[in-house]
Amino acid sequence: MAAKPKLWYFHGRGRMESIRWLLAAAGVEFEEEFLETREQYEKLQKDGRLLFGQVPLVEIDGMELTQTRAILSYLAAKYNLHGKDLKETVRIDMYADGTLDLMLMVALAAFKPPEEKEESLALAVKKAKTRYFPVFEKILKDHGEDFLVGNKFSWADIQLLEAILTMEELDASVLSDFPLLKEFKTRISNIPTIKKFLQPGSQRKPPPDSHYVEVVRNILQF
Amino acid sequence: MAGKPKLHYFDARGRMEAIRWLLAAAGVEFEEKLIESSEDLDKLRYDGSLVFQQVPMVEIDGMKLVQTRAILNYIATKYDLYGKDMKERALIDMYTEGVADLGEMIMLLPLCPPDQKNTKLTLIQDRATNCYLPAFENVLKSHRQDYLVGNKLSKADIHLVELLYYVEELDPSLLANFPLLKGLKTRVSNLPAVKKFLQPGSQRKLPGGEKSLERARKIFKF
Repeated sequence: MAAKPKLWYFHGRGRMESIRWLLAAAGVEFEEEFLETREQYEKLQKDGRLLFGQVPLVEIDGMELTQTRAILSYLAAKYNLHGKDLKETVRIDMYADGTLDLMLMVALAAFKPPEEKEESLALAVKKAKTRYFPVFEKILKDHGEDFLVGNKFSWADIQLLEAILTMEELDASVLSDFPLLKEFKTRISNIPTIKKFLQPGSQRKPPPDSHYVEVVRNILQF
Repeated sequence: MAGKPKLHYFDARGRMEAIRWLLAAAGVEFEEKLIESSEDLDKLRYDGSLVFQQVPMVEIDGMKLVQTRAILNYIATKYDLYGKDMKERALIDMYTEGVADLGEMIMLLPLCPPDQKNTKLTLIQDRATNCYLPAFENVLKSHRQDYLVGNKLSKADIHLVELLYYVEELDPSLLANFPLLKGLKTRVSNLPAVKKFLQPGSQRKLPGGEKSLERARKIFKF
C-alpha cells in the first residue's frame, strides 16, 4: 500500500495551501512536516532533497517533488482532476493558473511593509472583482453546468473555490455581483471531501499572521 | 487543414519567447500578430479574445489560449515533448519551473530602477552559479544521457537551452564550470529545427533595448 504523501513547508498557507486543497478535495490523506527553524531547512538543502533549494516539497510516489505548479499538475492528473482530453486539460490549466496567480499575490503581500501590504491586498481584491471573477461567472453562465470544465469536478473548480474564500476573507462583499459564483461556492463547499476540509481541525491553514511572517523570514533569511 | 498557430504579443521576447522556441523546436510554422500600440491591445480586450485581459495569447486548434504555462503544456503534449508518463511529466514540470524562475529574474532586470540594477545582477549571477545551473548540471551528471528526462528531447531541454543563451548574453563566464550544460546547449542547438530558428531572419526575437522597453511601457501602461 502506498505511503501517504508528505508535505514539507512552514506552518501556514503560503505556496503550499493550494496543494493541501487539491489533496483534500481528492480525498487523499497526507502528512505534514513543519519547518520551524533555519537548521531544519538547511538540513533539507544539505540532504539534497530540494532541487532548487526551496520548499514546497512533496514526497509522493517515490519522488521528491518541488515547484508548486509541478506538484499541482501531477496531483491533478493522478486524481483525475485534469480533464478527459487535451482540450479540457488546457482550459483547466488556463483557469487554475490564472487563479493561482491571484493566490500568490495574496500570499506574498503578507511579507510587505504595512502600507504596501494594504495596497497589494486591495489590488488583489480589485483584480478578483474585475479580471478573474467576471470570467468565471460568464463561463458558468454560458454553459449552465455545475463545474467550470467538461461538466465534471476538476482542479479548476478547487482552485476557484480557494480563491473565492480567500478573497472573501479580505472583502466579505466580493461576490456581490456574481450570483452564479455564489451558487458555485455553496455547491463546491458541500462536496463531502471539501466540506470536511472546511471544518475546524482540518489541515487547512489560517491566514498569515505576524508570527508566521517572522518564522518564515527567520528561516529564509530575508 | 488546420491553420498555423497565431501568436499575439508585442515585438519582443517577454513571455512569448518560450512559446516561439517551443513551436520552432517542434518544427511548427507559426504566424505572429504584433501588438504595436495600446489601441491594438485594447482591441483584443474588447473583442473578448483575452480570457484574463492579458497576453501572451495563442490562437491554435480553434482556441484562443492564454497563460503561458497552459499554452506551453498544450504545445508540448501535442508535439510529444512532454515525456512518456506522469512521472516524467512531473520532472519536466519541475525543471521547467526552475528555468522559469531564473528566466523571470533575467527578463525583469531591464525594468529595475538604475540604483538597484547592480544588486539584482549580482543576485542573478549568484542564483545561477550556486543554485540553478548546478541543479541542472547534476541532473545530466546523474544519468549521463543526452537529455534531461527519459533519454528523449522534451520541453525541459528546450526551455533550459533558451535560458542558457540568456545567461550567456548576461555574463558568458557563468557557464564556464558546467560542461554538461554546454554539451546540452550544443546538442539542442544542432537539431535541425532549432538550428534554423537560431539563424538570423528567423522569428526569434533579439534582446530588447531601451526603445523596446519604452514601447512596452506605452502599450501596457506601466
